[in-house]
Amino acid sequence: MHWWLPQQGSTFAGPIDGLFIAILIITGIAFVLVEAGLVWFIFRYRRRPGRKAFYTHGNARAEVIWTVIPAVTMVALGVISNHYWVQIKGRNSIPANAYPIGIHAKQFEWQVTYPGPDGKLGTADDFTVRNQLHVPVGRPIVVHLSSEDVIHSFFVPQLRVRQDVVPGMDIKAWFEATVPGDYELGCSQLCGMGHYKMRARVTVHTQADFEVWLKQAAQAAAGGGTGS
Amino acid sequence: MTTAAAPQAAPHAGHAPMSFWRKYIFSTDHKTIGIQFLFVSLFFLLVGGVLAMQIRWQLGFPGRPMPGGGILPETMAPGGVILPEYYIQLVTMHGTFMVFFAIMPLLVGVFANFLIPLKLGAHDMAFPRINMWSFWTAFLAGLIMLAGFFVPDGAARAGWTSYAPLSARPDLSGASYGQMLWCISLVCLGLSSILGSVNYITTVINNRAPGMTWFRMPLSVWSLFITAILGLLALPVLSGAAIMLLFDQTIGTHFFDPAAGGQALLWQHLFWFFGHPEVYILILPAMGMVSDIIANGSRKPIFGYHSMVFAIVGIAFLGWMVWGHHMFVSGMNPTLGSTFMVSTLIIAVPSAIKVFNWMGTMWRGNLHFHVPMLNAVAFVAMFVIGGLSGIYMAATPLDMFIHDTYFIVAHIHYVLFGGSLFALFAAITYWYPKMFGRLMSERWGKIHFWLTFLFYNCTFFPMHIYGMGGAMRRLYDPTQYDFLKPYQPLNQFISISAFLLFATQLIFFLNFWWSLFKGKRAEQNPWHDNGLEWTLPSPAPHGNWERVPTVYRGPYEFSSPQVAEDYLPQTRKLPTDREPVLAPVAGD
Amino acid sequence: MTHAVAASAMRPPFPAERGVDVYDKKLGMWVFLGSEVMFFTALIGSYVILRFGAPGPWALPGKVLNIPVTAFNTFLLICSSVSMVKAYAAIANGDQKWLKIWFGLTILCGAGFVGVQAYEYTHLIRHGFLPSGYRAGSELAELAAANPVMYGQAVAGLYGSTFFTMTGFHGFHVTCGVISMLYLYVTKVLPGKYSKADHAGVEVVGLYWHFVDLVWIILFTIVYLV
Repeated sequence: MHWWLPQQGSTFAGPIDGLFIAILIITGIAFVLVEAGLVWFIFRYRRRPGRKAFYTHGNARAEVIWTVIPAVTMVALGVISNHYWVQIKGRNSIPANAYPIGIHAKQFEWQVTYPGPDGKLGTADDFTVRNQLHVPVGRPIVVHLSSEDVIHSFFVPQLRVRQDVVPGMDIKAWFEATVPGDYELGCSQLCGMGHYKMRARVTVHTQADFEVWLKQAAQAAAGGGTGS
Repeated sequence: MTTAAAPQAAPHAGHAPMSFWRKYIFSTDHKTIGIQFLFVSLFFLLVGGVLAMQIRWQLGFPGRPMPGGGILPETMAPGGVILPEYYIQLVTMHGTFMVFFAIMPLLVGVFANFLIPLKLGAHDMAFPRINMWSFWTAFLAGLIMLAGFFVPDGAARAGWTSYAPLSARPDLSGASYGQMLWCISLVCLGLSSILGSVNYITTVINNRAPGMTWFRMPLSVWSLFITAILGLLALPVLSGAAIMLLFDQTIGTHFFDPAAGGQALLWQHLFWFFGHPEVYILILPAMGMVSDIIANGSRKPIFGYHSMVFAIVGIAFLGWMVWGHHMFVSGMNPTLGSTFMVSTLIIAVPSAIKVFNWMGTMWRGNLHFHVPMLNAVAFVAMFVIGGLSGIYMAATPLDMFIHDTYFIVAHIHYVLFGGSLFALFAAITYWYPKMFGRLMSERWGKIHFWLTFLFYNCTFFPMHIYGMGGAMRRLYDPTQYDFLKPYQPLNQFISISAFLLFATQLIFFLNFWWSLFKGKRAEQNPWHDNGLEWTLPSPAPHGNWERVPTVYRGPYEFSSPQVAEDYLPQTRKLPTDREPVLAPVAGD
Repeated sequence: MTHAVAASAMRPPFPAERGVDVYDKKLGMWVFLGSEVMFFTALIGSYVILRFGAPGPWALPGKVLNIPVTAFNTFLLICSSVSMVKAYAAIANGDQKWLKIWFGLTILCGAGFVGVQAYEYTHLIRHGFLPSGYRAGSELAELAAANPVMYGQAVAGLYGSTFFTMTGFHGFHVTCGVISMLYLYVTKVLPGKYSKADHAGVEVVGLYWHFVDLVWIILFTIVYLV
């Protein structure tokens, strides 16, 4: 069992995990201050016979301090987060050379469409494979997400990528895998009875392996088989 | 209501004794209605808890027959083994019952009803009969929701957020009648909340005792007042959305049907436009009552009363601008995501102000750790964790990873259980003597508190770790995923803690029932508090006051140098106090 | 509970801190109307979002709906608001006779509105306009097939959904208003229980009525005319 975030498998993992650690430090300081303060007060000011509490209605300076410090911290955090948000999900964040893959979600499977040799989706050489997502390492991938029926969510923990798949909307999400290996793609939005088994294998290949796999899969698809 | 001849007399004074029905069932007395809400919502809390235990069984021990599960019908758990379709009903109804029929009515239905007139010095609510209808509509809504388990296809299956189009299409969700009942029930509940809110708002504005100025109101009343405004404006949006969803299911409309041009995200926008104010409906009254109790337990005036009030108002105001943070990865325009992230982070500021002021109140106090105080301090300690974990998901890039994982589940339970429910344990114990004339057992209260505190943290803290590992929500069987299999021991630890947590709550229920009949008789002011309700006998009589009290100061004058005791009731007139100026009588 | 003695109904029954100088029932109605605003905002907001995001053009005004009939209905409702004002003015002067006349007229106009709306609905449904869109094989479906743009064929489902939900819930509110007014008419107005000093019921139901009227003017504009 793991006590930390999953293995880092994409270019998003650096900034996202960095942000996690930054927030962990900020909230950790706040947490320790508050909880330690509470424990200290509970011990120090516990009821004693004859003690009378200090009669005060507050302190304006203290109020200003504990309003301004959180406000400044939060705004700073917002600015930093937004910087990465724009890179990850911003309107123009998808790299121009990204390799397109179509993913059509339906209860309860992922239909993955590869562009074939021409590298373009929506052409005659496209082929579709069920519940298997194969991508090359070190190359931006853009997934074109569509749904047959209800809302699903495309989620690969190691790649730190998640995007809801909404019927009636064409949504694109991109990522760039950095470590070859086998991962799992899960649906993370309740989509019905079989939500728990709406799972696909993700294989991150080296560039050369990917070319080989693509060729084989295209042939298998052309031969009538569906690769799964 | 009253006679013109004796405007100061209590409206019900001198009435003949009422029949059983008028006194206990169709009562218009705000205290009886509050107590009715208390019994009914504690029942629904138990229902929600039983559902949660079944969820935990399945997650800890997937596929194994549940002890006692044999009594469930074949369509739910054949041989005690929970089916996937029953599991998602459990998940849906646990959330629905806890949010709408346990926490919300416990905080608002019980305490807004019970406390507002008592703490403001009014004889009753402005509209007692509407108040009665508000309770019975809520009760009906609860029964309709519960009926879901007994109709063909079972209860609703689309999660408590009921995302369309899953919720709109019986053919896709598998639930037909259950999903309709879910909508009908929430429309009823919305009506009930609106009627209640109208009452609370009118009462607070118009029916305060002489001298009870706005800034002499206890923070509990302030927070219940602001909550009522949130409820008044948020619930109709839910009703509207639920009606559209119901029409999509029944008469063939296409609001959320993408095939006919409808929009799936429209439901999410409507639901969360209601839903985020709803989140604050579920925490603001808890904050207010905890403020009262911490000041009492610390024997000190609340620290920074005005900033506490402005923080409540600030949270309520900002609460309308943050709904999109539930939708960062929904496909909504990412630029909107940036906006919602900033407003969400800013809302942490008033929450921080509140926490620091509670600590300021305890600082240099003379802390009495009675059961309400223990629970109130635990509220602060646990709300801090829930509040801080909210910052992780407010940061949009990080939310892309932790959205819809157990990290969110941990967060919401730290706020709703660690926050609201601890506050409720505090508040119920605190006002119990004024409701029933007896005190709850101190010893069993403390045992319940410590065990709850322990098992609660054992149950919900590990969920952060599970969520950090990427575990998705609402999975019937997490062992389907290879990367989640190693977490199974953790899941079993959570489940066993949850069972112990549930068992601990039986102590509370037993203490509650036992004290009703056998508890120590309560004096008029057992906690030595300053509020107006403590100037009445325990339990408070029908109509509350013979003569309306006059208020000379705020509610938090503990340890004042002006008097020898460490409390100074709001109604006690010191030589330096002046009589308040009365409102001019309308029509004169 | 015994009913308030007339003179005390409009003032707080006991000494109180100064509120907003509006008596409870009237304040309560204002607060309630706040929630009604949010309810109709949810419905109208959804309509606006769906219409702007629709995958095709909406049906042209007047193609499906009968605007002259509804215009007459709008006129009827505005008249009822005027008569409500007159009824209130009458009783504020202690005039029982004109209260009965104007209040009765308001009820008649309101009932007339509901009647005309019921006629409109049956007519529309007979021609094939349903909450789910144009009924297959109906007169409207054929017209729409011939003129898909003019009749907004692609988004007929949204058109039906929003039209029936918005106008239906408005009609429901009018019906509730008519029933409450009828109740007050029988129990209070006819027996002459309102007076110059106490006419809270007329004022409060009047507030509701004007609100419902205002909502209709908005709905008529955005549903029928745009």
